[in-house]
Amino acid sequence: MDDFHISESDLEIFRFRLGFTAVAVLVAFGILIGRFFWLQVLQHDYYKTRAEDNRISLVPIVPNRGVITDRNGVVLARSYSAFTLEITPSQVGDLEATIGALAEFIDIQPRDRKRFKRLMDEAKNFESIPIRTRLSDEEVARFTANRYRFPGVEVKARLFRQYPLGTVASHALGYIGRITDHDLEWIDEKDQEANYKGTEHIGKTGLEQRYEFELHGTTGYEEVEIDAGGHAIRSLKRIPPVSGNNLALTLDIKLQEITEKAFGDRRGALVAIDPSTGGILALVSTPTYDPNLFVDGITPDNWKELNDSPDKPMVNRALNGAYPPGSTFKPYMALAALEVGKRTPSQTIHDPGFFNFGNHQFRDDKKGGHGSVDMYKSIVQSCDTYYYMLANDMGIDNIARFMGSIGLGQRTGIDLNKDESGESKGVLPSPEWKKQRFKKPEQQKWYSGETISIGIGQGYNAYTPIQLAQAMATLANNGVMYRPHVVQYITETGTGNKKPIEPQPIRQLDWKPQHIEFIKRAMVGVNKEGTGARAFAGAPYESAGKTGTAQVFSLKGSQYKEHGMKKELRDHALFIAFAPVDKPRIAVAILVENGGFGAQSAAPIARMVFDYYLLGKVPGGPAGEDTSAAEEDSEEE
Amino acid sequence: MDIVGSLRRWLQQSIAYIDPPLLFITLAIMAVGVVTVFSASYDGNNRAASQVLNMGIALFSMWLVSRLPPQKMMRFAVPLYILGVILLVGVFLFGVKVNGARRWLSLGFTRIQPSEIMKIAMPLMLAWYFHKYEATLKFRHYIVAALILLIPFALIAKQPDLGTALLVGAAGFYVIFFAGLPWKVIIGLGAAGAAAAPFVWTVLHDYQRKRILTLLDPSSDPLGAGYHIIQSTIAIGSGGLLGKGYLNGTQTHLEFIPEKHTDFIFAVFSEEWGLIGNCFLIFLYTLLIGRGLMIAAAAPTLFTRLLAGAITLGFFTYAFINMGMVSGILPVVGVPLPFVSYGGTALVTLFIGIGMLMSIHTHRMLVKK
Repeated sequence: MDDFHISESDLEIFRFRLGFTAVAVLVAFGILIGRFFWLQVLQHDYYKTRAEDNRISLVPIVPNRGVITDRNGVVLARSYSAFTLEITPSQVGDLEATIGALAEFIDIQPRDRKRFKRLMDEAKNFESIPIRTRLSDEEVARFTANRYRFPGVEVKARLFRQYPLGTVASHALGYIGRITDHDLEWIDEKDQEANYKGTEHIGKTGLEQRYEFELHGTTGYEEVEIDAGGHAIRSLKRIPPVSGNNLALTLDIKLQEITEKAFGDRRGALVAIDPSTGGILALVSTPTYDPNLFVDGITPDNWKELNDSPDKPMVNRALNGAYPPGSTFKPYMALAALEVGKRTPSQTIHDPGFFNFGNHQFRDDKKGGHGSVDMYKSIVQSCDTYYYMLANDMGIDNIARFMGSIGLGQRTGIDLNKDESGESKGVLPSPEWKKQRFKKPEQQKWYSGETISIGIGQGYNAYTPIQLAQAMATLANNGVMYRPHVVQYITETGTGNKKPIEPQPIRQLDWKPQHIEFIKRAMVGVNKEGTGARAFAGAPYESAGKTGTAQVFSLKGSQYKEHGMKKELRDHALFIAFAPVDKPRIAVAILVENGGFGAQSAAPIARMVFDYYLLGKVPGGPAGEDTSAAEEDSEEE
Repeated sequence: MDIVGSLRRWLQQSIAYIDPPLLFITLAIMAVGVVTVFSASYDGNNRAASQVLNMGIALFSMWLVSRLPPQKMMRFAVPLYILGVILLVGVFLFGVKVNGARRWLSLGFTRIQPSEIMKIAMPLMLAWYFHKYEATLKFRHYIVAALILLIPFALIAKQPDLGTALLVGAAGFYVIFFAGLPWKVIIGLGAAGAAAAPFVWTVLHDYQRKRILTLLDPSSDPLGAGYHIIQSTIAIGSGGLLGKGYLNGTQTHLEFIPEKHTDFIFAVFSEEWGLIGNCFLIFLYTLLIGRGLMIAAAAPTLFTRLLAGAITLGFFTYAFINMGMVSGILPVVGVPLPFVSYGGTALVTLFIGIGMLMSIHTHRMLVKK
């Protein structure tokens, strides 16, 4: 009874307070209406005048986007201003008739009309849209004379981005495109909204994206007096924009061009690194694409062509293609064995041509085997059996630990793309990795038989070309690993100050000098008397290398016959190398998709790259033509 | 025939927990919103279509919540509150800094703003708490309730996000108020607050102080903090009795109103629709709040009464603070105009509130039985 009484009075309190609340709400809204009445009725004339006087508008002036040059100052991306003929659809009655009349004295092609239609669909009515870009001076003059006939049509100066070398190095440069909602979020995040007023384009990938906020520059403003309709009458004050900063790359564009040509129409990737700094000298992914196509918004036809192509030109294979390293894995396996003490250089094994594990037989490439094999021979002749046994003796944990230490299976953190998601991690196989990768318990278990094929760079192994190049550079540099980077320095346009991108050491691997020396000697042997010998015959410098062939799919029982197979099923060809051996200036990793044997299709590319970079020899042309660039480099290093 | 029958049953089933008056009032306010968002973003990326999509998601959330009986809602109270506090602590420790304030928590694929969760979790938690001690309510329970309120409040204020902290704090205070906090205490707190004002002044951030100073004299800083208020009052005042007409607001379309599709959208509406439009919008809000208070009055349990009352007063608070700040009688804090401002997250939160009101009302008979 008592309880009931209490809750009854509680309910009364509640209802009273609800009533009180209702009154308070009405009072508060009453105050608001009072305020509105004050502003909109009593003070209306005052505010109306103020709105009409509100005539000073800030018009943003878009800055010039920074220039990108290679290490020798060759321009790779630039901006230029050009006159465009623009139509504001909302101010023009009959669009078709207007365009027709304009076409009488200005050259307007069907593709100009198409682009105009496309841009019009994307834009708002009151924006002016270019019908013709890059007008000649004569065309500007002709239009100016006829201008009175065309209200709503005007000549404007706009900035255009241009990649003068077209498809060359497009995967490193990336491209710019129109700003999307997604990009707006990025701009918000960087607190750059104000600076992007008026900007229409933004870096979408590659360097253009990574260094967006360096390249963009500072937007200027013009204080303009406008009439009630929003039209500018006169300029009151102008704060000029500051152009974006310029990027100078570590890339040698001539080397890049030669390499891309060397690939021909084959798919693949090449990364060349300066081992002593981590500077990228060439970053190739073929096929390439023309970034100029994206600048004004890519046409649906071009986009479809690029996206639907089975060769996937938009994929940057150097960063996003993960491939089994094949036999290029062996020098690292050997170094790991020396470091953990599982092998000595002189220890020999007998290779009958196969290795039996459980009831499975792992076969060697060479029928009948290599006979008696020591570590040197195992690398020079690329003996599989040696590494089957070695992998079995070392165990997966030792292998994974060592390969992880040289950066395999990890993002390198190269300065391309906005964030690390632009780079693939690849797969460094280990029992932990398997546990994460698979869901079912029976799939999660690591079988020791799986370790065997890991030893020859097959199995679950999958690494990106940039990881392979970084590992090669680290070995060449005696265990000091640098983060790969493409930008050498940034020039601030305002002050002319150069901000160098300092080489960033990631780690120093504590390998015994005699071990490093031995592996390097064995790799020299590859290029002198082993699988790389033919490609490097007669080279005037000493180079070290290792060929590799990665299985695209496993052949069960049958023999591998290159010519009898479909091209897509052919093995990938790989080659890793560095030169000169005593003081390495360049380290490369090369991958040719479905190229067959590494010695055949990948090693000759390395020869071309080294010949140009070290000797200035241009393939097909007279040697020494471009030595000046190479000499400058050697002084810098 | 069977198909038609079962379709009809399914339809009846699916709208069984919708409260039609509440639905129509909010749809009307949202129609005003979409029309205004269209005008506000007319000169750039038009966001009206995207706001309609947000509405769809929000309405679906409302529908889901409305089917959740209040007894089940109570079970969420404590976990949701604890989750909210943990996330707020997470923001404090690892939050992503945007524009100098740490409000976001990155989950890798997306970012969340945990203070948004608190707008719901706070009244839910306190309503649950008072319901639990309904029969044995003592003064010390008010002390505990105050602690429940102050922890998230302090964490959000620290981000710093004073606007959201005040809204979350208000939502909690309404519950305590409806639970019967004695008037003596309320008046005492008010007096103490006034006395502490000089002290509060010293702990405010520079930009917060500036906003309050600007309110007192907007012309003191016409290009900085005062710009927003000056331009929005000009927009409202120049709108006059009947407005300048849809899409004809010069302040709006000549880019004088900042954040015009979010926090300052009321200036856009007011400029184009005038005093008549303002009165109509306030009338709609009054209907919404009236309906909410009716639902609270008819609610069968203490939990539902307190929750319904607090949610309803929450809507009032958002609307009042937003219109007050845009018209220059309250300082500028980041509070959107409910059901009108562009933005998906805020809309979903609001509609979860609407869904709760609907659930409370449509499940009340079941409780009595």
